[in-house]
Amino acid sequence: MSLLEVQDLKVSYGGIQALKGISLSIAQGELVTLIGSNGAGKTTTLKALAGLLHPASGKINYQERSLLHIPAHQRVANGISLVPEGRGIFARLTVEENLLMGAYVRSDKAETAADLERQYVLFPRLAERRTQLAGTLSGGEQQMVAMARALMSHPTLLMLDEPSMGLAPLMVEKIFETIRDISAQGVTILLVEQNAKLALEAAQRGYVLESGAITLSGAASELLGSDAVQRAYLGA
Amino acid sequence: MDIFFQQIINGLVQGSVYALVALGYTMVYGILGLINFAHGEVVMIGAMIALTVLQSLLAAAFAPVLAVLLSLMAAVAVCMALGYSIERIAYRPLRNAPRLAPLITAIGVSIVLQNLAMMIWGREYHSFNLPFASTSHHLGGAVMNDVQIVIVIVALVIMAGLMWLVHQTRTGRAMRAVAENPAAATLMGVDINRVISVTFMLGSALAAIAGFMVSANYGIVHYYMGFMLGLKAFTAAVLGGIGNLRGAMLGGVLLGLIESLGAGYIGDLTGGFLGSHYQDVFAFFVLIAVLVFRPSGLLGEKLAERA
Repeated sequence: MSLLEVQDLKVSYGGIQALKGISLSIAQGELVTLIGSNGAGKTTTLKALAGLLHPASGKINYQERSLLHIPAHQRVANGISLVPEGRGIFARLTVEENLLMGAYVRSDKAETAADLERQYVLFPRLAERRTQLAGTLSGGEQQMVAMARALMSHPTLLMLDEPSMGLAPLMVEKIFETIRDISAQGVTILLVEQNAKLALEAAQRGYVLESGAITLSGAASELLGSDAVQRAYLGA
Repeated sequence: MDIFFQQIINGLVQGSVYALVALGYTMVYGILGLINFAHGEVVMIGAMIALTVLQSLLAAAFAPVLAVLLSLMAAVAVCMALGYSIERIAYRPLRNAPRLAPLITAIGVSIVLQNLAMMIWGREYHSFNLPFASTSHHLGGAVMNDVQIVIVIVALVIMAGLMWLVHQTRTGRAMRAVAENPAAATLMGVDINRVISVTFMLGSALAAIAGFMVSANYGIVHYYMGFMLGLKAFTAAVLGGIGNLRGAMLGGVLLGLIESLGAGYIGDLTGGFLGSHYQDVFAFFVLIAVLVFRPSGLLGEKLAERA
């Protein structure tokens, strides 16, 4: 049974049709990746799922219910969390305040405090910097803040937009290691990446998005081996 | 030397009022990037409501202290409703419009409120007398009365309370988050519209209190009083760095002092050519100087988000 079911989703803005009717589904607990080149519509897809963009037509069903009329800020309480492209860190808030913002929709104080400690175990670097302003952290540390903050909302579906962007190779490895950890804990993940190889290696299934349409889909290992993907994204 | 201490006291009292009003400008600017030019009129409406309620309660033989407190509370309540309505009716529909549109709208709202007040309360000056005597205290040659002492203390308490709210509570955290990145705040589950409404209501509550203070201090209210007060508080906010809460407080007190000392000494400095009625010049001289030499204000600095 799928957690998220997207059917024939069309999104336009500024007169341009960014998504030309895509369909995809994600089962509970899966790690699915959406790959494609710049401008293919990956970020648009995530924004539409998070409620930041309004689709022109199509269906988004989450836990068997339509999301279309639920405003963005209420989708978080339903367990949908997006780590946006560029991270969306609150630079003038401390690391800890950023994480607490992640728990904004939760009212269980004791559980929240325990979760905060859990994030510091998952990201020890953040524990050292908890009282520092988030804007003073390095890019990789800011990515950690963004992910830890998203986890603070107890997401059922975690969506990550280009988590490796602008990071040094060592940091990219670390971030992907964490993504696997989070997935192993049972969180369903939709991962958008330009680094197709890394994404396909981490994911169980993948979709290839080209100019607003899905052109290929299947098991990540098959996509990784397919000629089309090799040629287009892996530079083989 | 006597006049120096006296001007410091006057400056601190007036500066406390500027600071409270400046906070309203700076909070709204911090969240919406909008200069709410109607804010000065909210101060005036607060003073007018307080006057009307105070007079009717005293006529109904309420105890003086109770009447003062109730009239202040009425002013705060009306101004909060007014601030909420201004945002909801005038600014929210223009949220995504070019920046000039809400600015012109703000000036429009200001004119509407002024004229509304003129229709309700008339063009004349009303005297605003507290129903108890305000004893004067002599502090080494300078004079400070009870009202002025209360103004400074209440302003300090309110500012401390606001800082606590903004920096220590969940709502305050949400306000700062929305100010910095509304889209990211939405992704955290924050209802941006609600936070913006709360911000307008908070700023308006401070404006109501400031309106009460300035009326009690000068003993006079008038439908046009909000205009100059609003411009000066705006200047104070710019001086401190608009969008910065500490800046608004610092700017308010500094502007009060600059004005007061300037007015006290301008006669001596110009050999009697210019008198203390040129007091208003100082505020705008400061505004121009800040805009030319330090447009970000005294405490206005931005932290960059790293790629």
